[in-house]
Amino acid sequence: MSKLNELTIAQAQDGLAAGDFTAVDLAEASLAAAKAAKDLNAFITLTPEIARARAAASDARRAKGEALGPLDGVPVAVKDLFCTEGVLSTAASHILDGFVPTYESTVGRNLIDAGAVMIGKTNLDEFAMGSSNMTSYYGPVKNPWAGPAGEDLVPGGSSGGSAAAVAARICPGSLGTDTGGSIRQPASLCGIVGMKPTYGRCSRWGIVAFASSLDQAGPFARTVEDAAILLGAMAGHDPKDSTSAPHEVPDFRAAAQGGVKGLKVGIPREYTMDGMPSEIQALWDQGAAWLKDQGAEIKEVSLPHTKYALPAYYIVAPAEASSNLARYDGVRYGLRVDGDTLDDMYANTRGEGFGAEVRRRVLIGTYVLSAGYYDAYYVKAQKVRTRILEDFTKAFEDVDVLLTPTAPNAAFPIGAKMDDPIAMYLNDVFTVPANLAGLPGISVPAGLDKDGLPLGLQLVGRPFDEETVLRAAKAIEDAAGFDALPKYLGGQG
Amino acid sequence: MSLDKNDVRRVAFLARIKVDEADLEPVAQDLNNIIGWVEQLAEVDTDGVEPMTGAAGLTMARRDDVVTDGGDPEKVLSNAPDRVGDFYAVPKVVE
Repeated sequence: MSKLNELTIAQAQDGLAAGDFTAVDLAEASLAAAKAAKDLNAFITLTPEIARARAAASDARRAKGEALGPLDGVPVAVKDLFCTEGVLSTAASHILDGFVPTYESTVGRNLIDAGAVMIGKTNLDEFAMGSSNMTSYYGPVKNPWAGPAGEDLVPGGSSGGSAAAVAARICPGSLGTDTGGSIRQPASLCGIVGMKPTYGRCSRWGIVAFASSLDQAGPFARTVEDAAILLGAMAGHDPKDSTSAPHEVPDFRAAAQGGVKGLKVGIPREYTMDGMPSEIQALWDQGAAWLKDQGAEIKEVSLPHTKYALPAYYIVAPAEASSNLARYDGVRYGLRVDGDTLDDMYANTRGEGFGAEVRRRVLIGTYVLSAGYYDAYYVKAQKVRTRILEDFTKAFEDVDVLLTPTAPNAAFPIGAKMDDPIAMYLNDVFTVPANLAGLPGISVPAGLDKDGLPLGLQLVGRPFDEETVLRAAKAIEDAAGFDALPKYLGGQG
Repeated sequence: MSLDKNDVRRVAFLARIKVDEADLEPVAQDLNNIIGWVEQLAEVDTDGVEPMTGAAGLTMARRDDVVTDGGDPEKVLSNAPDRVGDFYAVPKVVE
């Protein structure tokens, strides 16, 4: 049998049910793996006391025949953008120094109620702004996969620590958030599954807000089935989030097994990008062939406004961020840097407390919302967003799900693209459109590039049709048989 | 449109982010690169198009207008960097 930290959620569940090991055993294995992989810097805070207490409580429930479900006793890691009661919550920002929430996010609470065992809070780009985890105040995360000459690579971002923790077999699943690709792009770069559900599927309450009309929580796992299990526990209506959808949560795990026979799969022609490595195009073609072999019908579709998604995003997201981040004023929590006047105190606190990328985006957002520019930039971008949604709505009249690459490149070296923000932003060119339109998307590891680095394929579906997305993802997973392992594994050596 | 030093000074004040005088010029260049790039949106025909304000076509939920929480100053103030009694303390605003 594999080491306990290498099990999937489904395997862990089976072993717990059979009495092969306990939840405390699983928690200890994950904590030990996290310690062994400290070099990855995947965690900002480990929570061994909480992990041991929740694991012991899980074992006690099971002993009484009261086990809660598939996540009871399973170790998970939580992106440090989720507020956790009594545990430091940083958003990887200096400005939240010492902030210990007195409440738990709804998604976090749902996982506790499902019996999941939090082992720690994972590293991320500051306020989830980045595609490489390089903007974290707590330093970069190392991708468990290394370059061909052993170079240290980025895990992607912003949920880089959550992706790295699952890829390195520290734990079987983790929580992320995705505003423009922050779950799917790191999943692709780390060779794991990552899913952004439909906007409104998971409550945003208690998650540090970046861009409120785009942010969604979602799971990381190593199999599509595990991602479906996690999503099922995370999702559901929450009266505390006015944008949370009052929809029933389907049985995602069962849906994933549905197969793709008769499914219509769209290939958006605009997702072919200049300069994209030929192996990504080849993998995309291969993905379509895999689905066709399993009985799906492949159709070319057009999403003509695709090239405008990224520039529209870089107006909408900074605008919403500048508004959301106005709350960090040095008064009620976190860092305070004194000044002669109240205004000086605000400006000093925010100048010192925010890192370069956050300052850049807040300034852009403030500019595009300022008097005289609001219509030219912000309203224009919101209109382009309508055009992008119209493209998808039209495509979904003809097809059930879309297949695209997840990212235009594999993992890149730590420090690369840092002097060219637009080159960094381009990492999200294929993931941003689903956020703008509020659609569910998933990245599934599908192959390796010439350097042996993982590449993902993305599936995007209709609003609240995660079930079809999961079915298609499972078909890609089955056909790809992705079983390559990264260089760094927790618990090794 | 492009930003100069004065624009950056104004935007930085609106955003309450301290930008040193020496950094105004490089920050202006940095922001202009991005603003110039997003201006390609002008190519898109948006005549008669409604701006999208939210995803997934949800309508805003309403609840009864009643107090559901509160009365817990210790929890609210537990992270305050500075307080006096049950109040947050800040530098003097009025002389």
